Amino acid sequence: MRTSRVLLWTALGLGLAVIYFPLVVVLLDSFNADTTFGWPPSRFTLEWWSRAASNEGALHALRTSVEAGLAATAIALVLGTMAAFALQRYRFFGRNPVSLLIILPIALPGIVTGIALNNAFRTILGIDLGLLTAIIAHATFCIVVVFNNVVARLRRMGGNLEEASMDLGATGLTTFRLVTFPMLRSALLAGGLLAFALSFDEIIVTTFTLGTGMETLPIWIYDNLFRPNQAPIVNVVAAVLIVASTVPVYLAQRLSGDTASGGRL
Amino acid sequence: MTAFFYRRPKLRLGFLLSAPLLWLGLAYLGALAALFVTAFWHTDAFTGQVVVDWSLGNFETLFTDAVYRTITFRTVGIAALVTVIDAVVAFPMAFAMAKLASPRAQRILVIAVMTPLWASYLVKAYAWRSMLSGNGALSSISPGYGVTATIVTLSYLWLPYMILPIYAGLDRLPDSLVDASGDLGARSLRTFRSVILPLTFPAIVAGSIFTFSLSLGDYIAVKIVGGTSQMLGNVVYDNIGAANNLPFAATVATVPVVIMLGYLAAVRRTGALDNL
Repeated sequence: MRTSRVLLWTALGLGLAVIYFPLVVVLLDSFNADTTFGWPPSRFTLEWWSRAASNEGALHALRTSVEAGLAATAIALVLGTMAAFALQRYRFFGRNPVSLLIILPIALPGIVTGIALNNAFRTILGIDLGLLTAIIAHATFCIVVVFNNVVARLRRMGGNLEEASMDLGATGLTTFRLVTFPMLRSALLAGGLLAFALSFDEIIVTTFTLGTGMETLPIWIYDNLFRPNQAPIVNVVAAVLIVASTVPVYLAQRLSGDTASGGRL
Repeated sequence: MTAFFYRRPKLRLGFLLSAPLLWLGLAYLGALAALFVTAFWHTDAFTGQVVVDWSLGNFETLFTDAVYRTITFRTVGIAALVTVIDAVVAFPMAFAMAKLASPRAQRILVIAVMTPLWASYLVKAYAWRSMLSGNGALSSISPGYGVTATIVTLSYLWLPYMILPIYAGLDRLPDSLVDASGDLGARSLRTFRSVILPLTFPAIVAGSIFTFSLSLGDYIAVKIVGGTSQMLGNVVYDNIGAANNLPFAATVATVPVVIMLGYLAAVRRTGALDNL
């Protein structure tokens, strides 16, 4: 028993080390004074950080990412919450297919979602790709994140308090405003944060649904990845993204209070 | 008005379902259906425009051309291998988190695993490129760019997607069952095989849905560390971009869809979908 304990702890420690090692490498590389990959870095500098801070392309891409993320999150919050109420509070014919439909956009490979929407927009509907088409695409796969957070909360809170509120004479709207919504608020915030993070990081679906000449931050990185003289700035943007990604995770964990959350959600 | 709704639960349900179903059913399923239809069309060789002319020509090319067959097998092989690697690496990690760590440590460990999950995909793939490069941090043991590098990178990218569901599954598994098995005389390995594994299997399958599906559709990691080898995603991407042959891209894209739908149907009975 003792040896297996030691082995399991070792596996966990090693695993986490492997998970964090590449991220630390990128962080260190962003201060690397050499313009080419040289390991370990010989000298450190802050020059790339100041250059990145004034890089037009990166800043513009950041703006697009934030806009798309906020809009997609807003749509996902509304649709995900409605779906969560429907599936958690009612038993109806076709309930299983509906829950499968909500999972499908993230269960199928991103390239399929991307090309399907690309084809639908361009060939079938004849719409030009732009920011709006990317937002629609992002919202589609963000719904499930909100859905999962709200379902988990609804499952735990049951319907007693709402019934009590109605018994005491509150209308449905008042009950929602004073009872249901306050209990859901942190789950909605957690779901929204994770949906935003998912949208912010998405590259494959975005590639196929964003208008030409527009860039989100991941697409900007991808476009500059193979340009040698841009490498130091890409390193800085990458480092910023690594640090920034800790915020939604930390906040969502505090808000949702669930230690266990499945897979991508 | 709310009382009117309250007395008619069917109407309320209809209202709640309408918007999500319109969005996902129409926009998403509609797009998938349209994609499938497009796969039977082709492009005009001179103008490059899509021609609405039904034929199985694209599927014929896909199945008979040795190049596409090789790429399909390579893609499925890589996706399967990545899934197995992740399951094997993730299980002991998740076990230590769920069964050995204190409640406080559990929370911290979950955050520790989740944080890199949300760090940019591209940044992580890029980090592997720089580490595997000729003068990178791993240059002494680097396999260079190619299929091996792709498998390593994809396994790294999707590992948290496997750890978290397995952790959640093990967290739900009552300790008393493990203790009971021990009390009845089972050794660790027997307990693992007869008690722990069957009960956490749905969670492993839930994790595999992500690792398998994400690998199946990937083309960016291959471009970054894959050298000259290609996956199905690259064929789809190239046919939309450079070759401008949307119908053939659609045909190729049906392959991962069919595989994934088959996989989802097969694992439905394990209850894995409730673990997502």
